[in-house]
Order: sequence, then structure tokens, then C-alpha cells
Amino acid sequence: MSRGAPRAALLLALVLGLAAGVASGVDANGQLENPALQARFEDITKQLRCLVCQNESVADSNASLADDLRRQVREMLVAGKTDSEIFDFMTARYGEFVRYNPPLEAKTYLIWGAPFLLLIGGGFAVWRIVRARARLPLDLDDGSPSNEG
Amino acid sequence: MWKFLLPAAAFAALVALFVVGLNPARDIHALPSPLIGKAAPQFTLSDVLDANHPVGNASLQGQVYVFNVWATWCAGCRQEHEALLEIAQQKVVPIIGLDWNDDRAKATQWLTQLGNPYNEVGFDNEGRVAIDWGVYGAPETFLVDGQGRVLFKHIAPLTMDVWQQEFLPRIAAAKRGGA
Repeated sequence: MSRGAPRAALLLALVLGLAAGVASGVDANGQLENPALQARFEDITKQLRCLVCQNESVADSNASLADDLRRQVREMLVAGKTDSEIFDFMTARYGEFVRYNPPLEAKTYLIWGAPFLLLIGGGFAVWRIVRARARLPLDLDDGSPSNEG
Repeated sequence: MWKFLLPAAAFAALVALFVVGLNPARDIHALPSPLIGKAAPQFTLSDVLDANHPVGNASLQGQVYVFNVWATWCAGCRQEHEALLEIAQQKVVPIIGLDWNDDRAKATQWLTQLGNPYNEVGFDNEGRVAIDWGVYGAPETFLVDGQGRVLFKHIAPLTMDVWQQEFLPRIAAAKRGGA
């Protein structure tokens, strides 16, 4: 007990200090007092996936983890962290999956490139078909009405 | 040649995609932890059973241990509790608990009524330590080696099968490597 008391006092001081730090930047509705920070908060939490209910963003979700993550983002904004520091914090803990908007880097080239690859592949296929049809003789008309406009 | 090879290759790729993607054994909600192979996050919390007693993992450096995240509101945690008790009886490694976003009185009741498999349980009622460990759904169980690195993470209720197949071999290897 005698060795636990100072530790508990330290813990209490830490918690109170932390609470005071948070209280200085957040109003009663949980909105950040600084409108610029609040705008960044809304933007960031919309881009973070709530991992409990994986089709919701941290901004939309009512899960308690989303609540905790919103508090974390708020505190980091008040502490002056940049957006990329906040996203790095989240991906270091939850992986790339936490981001709805994965950064363009070596391991995500395929994700970002897939639509263009499909477009090029599809375009190539269409071009091949059109060209093959263009080579067909023109006098295919057998006179059946179904071929007329 | 291409007329045959290209569709065949596309078909094979599609089959491979479906075999992996539609495998019923695959848990689509389980996410790989980016912590594997990295240093386990340090924490100091109060003991769920004694608010004046600190619980942390700094003193566990050099030891292989299991870190189990649970809560009284978590049905899967109730489900794995018998397995945890049995694992604790084996006394292979210390089991450190993290009581996540919970109520101290309910957690105390849980441990006294159902039995306490943990060496110590940290009380994380703000979920801060859980965020550091990338916890998104209890129960989650981590294995940490003697160098303080996360070796493995199991996201689902623990069973004796999982313990024997996934944990014990890794613990044996970690103890050999760390000795």
C-alpha cells in the first residue's frame, strides 16, 4: 500500500491533466471549439473505417470503439498533430484496412491501377471485335427484316 | 495459341480468386494485425481487482506471455473462459488480461464467480491500451515473445484446439529462441 499510493497519485494527476487538456479544446456537444479543427476532424473520421462494423466509417458508427477512435482523433488534433500523423497512428495499429482512401504506394498500385487495367483490357477487346467485324464482307444481308433498322 | 491461352489464364485467375475469396473457412472480418513481428505496445493500468495496484507489461520483458483482451459484455469471452482456465492450469506462460471498456464491479464478479485464469488484469475503461494494440473486437489473444515482440494474434474465442495448434508450437519455438 505504501508503495502503491504515490503511483496512484501520479496516475490521478496524469488523468486529471489529460482531462483538462481535452476539455480546453472540446465543447459540451463534443464539438471541437476551433472550427478548422472540427472540419479536419469530420474529414478524417469519414476516411477511417470502423473495424467493428466494417461497412461504416468512424464518423458514422455508434460502436464504442468508434467512439474511442473519435476521441483519439480529437485529442491528436488538439495536440497539433497533422492529418498524416493521425492516419499513420491508425494504420500502425489497425493496418491499411482502416483507411477508406489508401495512399498510393508500391503495395497499393494494384488497387489504384485495377480500374485503368480493366479499362485498357476492355478497350482492347472492343477494338479487336470491331476490327474483326470490319473485315467481314459487307454483302451479308440475307434480306431478313430483323437486320433492318 | 493466344485464342486459347488468354481465356484459359483468365479462367484460372478467376478460379483462384473464388477459391481464396469464397472459402467458407475464411473469416472475412478477421484482419491481419500490423503488430505481428513488431514491439508489443507498453502499458501501465490499474489492476481490475485492486485499483491501487499497477499492471503493466514492462516487467514481463524476457518472458513469453499471452495477452488476452476481454470484457463482461463480450459473449465470445464467456465462451472461451473455460479454455482460458484450462490453459492457466497448464502454467506454460503467464496470461495477462486486458479488461476492455468494462465495469470494474462486473469484471470483479466475473473473475470471482467464473474463476480467474489471469496472472494480472489491466483495467482499460477508456480503451486507450486497446487502441494501441489495434484491438477491434473482443476476444482477441496475442502472443508476445521474450524480446517483447508480438508473435501471433488470434481474433475469436480461444479453444483448446487453437491453443494446441497455434499457440503451443510458437511458445516452444519462442522459448528455445529466447533461452
